[in-house]
Amino acid sequence: MALTHSHGTDAAHGHDHPSGFWSKYIFSFDHKVIGVQYLILACIMGLIGAGLSVWFRTQLAWPGKAGMSPENYVMAVTMHGTIMIFFVVSLSLSSGLGNFCIPLQIGARDMAYPLLNMLSFWTIVPGAAIMVASFFVEGGGAAGGWTSYPPLSALPKAAPGSGTGQTLWLLAMAIFVVSFTLGGLNYVATILNLRARGMTLMRMPITIWTYFISAVLGLLSFPALTAAAIMLLLDRHGGTSFFLPSKLILSGQLQTNTGGTPLLFQHLFWFLGHPEVYILVLPAVGIAFDVLAANARRPVMGYKASVFALWAIAFLGMIVWGHHMFISGMNPYLGKYFSISTLIITAPFALLGVCLLGTLWRARIRFNTPMLFALGLISAVGTGGIGGLFLATATADLHFHDTYFVVGHFHLMIGVTSLMGTFAGIYYWFPKMFGRTMNETLGKLHFVGTMVGTFVVFTVQHFQGMGGMTRRYYEYVNEYVKPAAALNPLVTIFAFIAFGSQLIFLVNFFWSMFAGAKASKNPWEATTLEWTAESPAGHGNWNEPPVVRGDPYRYGEGADGKGWKLQTDA
Amino acid sequence: MSRRDRGSVWRFLLPVGFLAFTAATVAAVLFKDWMPPVASEHGKGVDGMITYILCAAGLIFVAGHLLLAKFIFTSGADDAPAYKPIGNKAEMLFTIGPTIFILLISEIGVLFIGNPIWGQVFKEDPEDFQIEVIAKQFEWIAHYPGRDGKFGPFRMEKYDEVDNIAALWKKDKESRDDLVVRGKLILPAGKACQIRIKSFDVLHSFNIPAFRTKQDAVPGIYTKTRFVATTPGDYEIACAEICGVNHYKMKAKVQVLPLEKYMKWLEEEPGFFE
Amino acid sequence: MSGEAAAGHGHAAHGEWECEPTPFKASWPKVMMWWFLIGDAVLFGSLLVAYGFNRVAAPAWLPQDKVFSMNFITVMTFTLITSSATMATAVAASRAGDRKNACLFTMLTAVGGIAFLGMQVYEWWHMIGHHGARLTVGPKLEGFPDVPAFSAYFFMITGFHGSHVLSGVFILLYTGFNALRGRNGPEGVELAGLYWHFVDLVWVFVFGTYYLI
Repeated sequence: MALTHSHGTDAAHGHDHPSGFWSKYIFSFDHKVIGVQYLILACIMGLIGAGLSVWFRTQLAWPGKAGMSPENYVMAVTMHGTIMIFFVVSLSLSSGLGNFCIPLQIGARDMAYPLLNMLSFWTIVPGAAIMVASFFVEGGGAAGGWTSYPPLSALPKAAPGSGTGQTLWLLAMAIFVVSFTLGGLNYVATILNLRARGMTLMRMPITIWTYFISAVLGLLSFPALTAAAIMLLLDRHGGTSFFLPSKLILSGQLQTNTGGTPLLFQHLFWFLGHPEVYILVLPAVGIAFDVLAANARRPVMGYKASVFALWAIAFLGMIVWGHHMFISGMNPYLGKYFSISTLIITAPFALLGVCLLGTLWRARIRFNTPMLFALGLISAVGTGGIGGLFLATATADLHFHDTYFVVGHFHLMIGVTSLMGTFAGIYYWFPKMFGRTMNETLGKLHFVGTMVGTFVVFTVQHFQGMGGMTRRYYEYVNEYVKPAAALNPLVTIFAFIAFGSQLIFLVNFFWSMFAGAKASKNPWEATTLEWTAESPAGHGNWNEPPVVRGDPYRYGEGADGKGWKLQTDA
Repeated sequence: MSRRDRGSVWRFLLPVGFLAFTAATVAAVLFKDWMPPVASEHGKGVDGMITYILCAAGLIFVAGHLLLAKFIFTSGADDAPAYKPIGNKAEMLFTIGPTIFILLISEIGVLFIGNPIWGQVFKEDPEDFQIEVIAKQFEWIAHYPGRDGKFGPFRMEKYDEVDNIAALWKKDKESRDDLVVRGKLILPAGKACQIRIKSFDVLHSFNIPAFRTKQDAVPGIYTKTRFVATTPGDYEIACAEICGVNHYKMKAKVQVLPLEKYMKWLEEEPGFFE
Repeated sequence: MSGEAAAGHGHAAHGEWECEPTPFKASWPKVMMWWFLIGDAVLFGSLLVAYGFNRVAAPAWLPQDKVFSMNFITVMTFTLITSSATMATAVAASRAGDRKNACLFTMLTAVGGIAFLGMQVYEWWHMIGHHGARLTVGPKLEGFPDVPAFSAYFFMITGFHGSHVLSGVFILLYTGFNALRGRNGPEGVELAGLYWHFVDLVWVFVFGTYYLI
């Protein structure tokens, strides 16, 4: 049934195996090297982003003891959000692990357009540098929240960070969007065109499905942010009034803008913003499926149902952005619509959840580090998802909007779930990256710290949100919020634990790269295609093109008591 | 990687951890009232909605974690016989059952409990008292229509930090009797009030946690929210949308008076330009 | 499974890597181009939706036929649509292996694009010089209020579209030369054609929503 045709990437693949240091490690075309480069960049940015959170958590727990001014505080929360979402989770999960595992799992030599792949990495580097540089300009980095709603972000007089800092923020985001779009084009073309013989769409590992869907979502939703950024830049530097209404008064002075509307920005922003959540969460869930199947020694439950659920989530995710705007002044009837449509997403999400859970049914679990993270992810995605029920209901959102309930909820989803998936993926594919395994003891310590730290922090934040504790407050001076704010020192202590365990991970990651135990070709006895390549896989991944002869999760199959079969086995 | 994981501590540690987490969360919900005491009519409805979701979602949360713990605890050893398929029917039941259940409880909640209350918050009723709230960096200003029942129009050109904080103009006859109160919102108990919210500069959000009221103040348009305060007493307005450096300090008092006292205050208080 | 047929490849040379057939049998450059265009369409869509959003909210708007000469805009539109036709001819010629005509018609398309750009420049000059419009000041019309958003959206949307046309012209010139020398095969002309048709299609939407409604 499989037609054969060469994939015609002569131009792209027509270069010899690189030998020099620069072409091998820095300007490499090899998707595996580029993936690792993304991971390392994400580690650096992660230290900055998480460091910011340690700083402002200290301020929240012990006001005035962190050496932080209110100006610093709003800047720190803004930059923490931006860096974490776009330069840590996106870079490590989507770009890093995606680049690494897509060609390996579908049986391609490389991405469809390796040059473009290399360029998209080297586009993001200056983006990250600009984002970091914005801390050091006059007025500091952007301070309008990661959502950077105008007029706050449009008028330099409105906030100290809304001067040069905000301009650099927009510039860095524009660069990010360009890089991410180029990456997404590569993902889509690679997955559609370069699958090995026999790798039909319904034989792809769920990881590949999630990367495909998140790339499609990115291509469809990021342009809205680009449009918003263009208009915001024009408002800031061209004197236009796309988002600025007439007759604003700032510092006692009448502004000259006329006729814009701030709500427009919010619509454009959240048209990106909500799919962005799924762009970050779905690949983590996909990786968890792979890791769970390999270490539960059984096929995933409901492969087809999961793929269907993923598409349903992606489609519905494009039409529910307004649930971030229930109380924004949007027409209340739209509030009802967005509430009802958002709650429909619970169905495919529940389907995905039970498929994750069901994959443990009658399992023979191997408790290695990647598996622990995958198990933690099940709890995180379930707990976080349940918080979503409250926020999707417009009526309940009247109380929860912009409180710590929201903070706890989205950190559990795009923070904990995404990073648990990322860590599971890194521990799982590390042997394929470097031919060595990561240290298991340190890995398990990392897991316990992450699990205990993050779960306490973000669950308690839900309760603080119930107490009406508002987001982005430098200090809690209101009376009603005192009982909820009293929990801040507790949250901060556990945040320190969570942060400290990430340091363990960094040590483990860089140490194991050079000194980890040597790994075999298939250390986890997994069935998907990447485990037929050498560890570490060489440039071009395979000498012979692999031919796929079965489903991705062939556990419980196979003769001679082995109980599993590679995807290439007859 | 150890190949003999039957005796792995994780088989016990993980289920115990997940169950402890579940138990602690459930206990925190059951044994402590986290919400600020409610003081408005629709606020009780909002609380009812939240309680409904807490019950429904709590059920899913507990059931999910119990299953997770059970599957981990009872999983076979690595040298156990290979996995035997569960059977399509059982799998279908296990997947589709919870999916439909969750969809139903969440949609029923929003359609039958949530939306009617949402409707109350945005109802337009000419009988309601009209009060205007002005948000600016970083304070709240209450603006009452005065005896003529009409708000004076804003004349932003006339704004003055000291003398004319509400940007009204004394030559407008609707403005003359308007009341302007800085940093304090005085409300009647037991009477529906529609609050018209105006922002002079950036986005703010008018949040009275005790009323379960939250509505963004958007420059350029009026946003509206409506409530009936039930209990006389003092409450607080907070700002719930980041509005700059002193966002955290942007608060104001809410004073709910019995209706007669409120009417008397309205009568006696001199107008802004009187 | 019938996948074993391709055993005889030895050390697979570059470009001989066997693949599963792609949906619609599109090559990867074409897949990339399509998805790029879909994303770009969302970008233009966002700008046009923003324009619609602001326009509905605006208290006043200017009558387009008093600001622009509608006949002139129609000629612009006609020029661009004609260039789409020449582009289609170029693609057909390059498919048939006719390098000369492929080049000729690609160049003709580029000429159409340049003509369009020239008219676009005239439009801007007319707006700025004759009507006194700026990015922040609406065109001055007897008996109508100043509507800065009218100018802002005009310059942003047509400017953004114009930059697409400009880059399209460069792509066409490059593709045309390469087609003559037989460097890029049918694929190159086809990709340039996809982009060009897209740019034309966007103009039709700009014309419909900004100038007509």
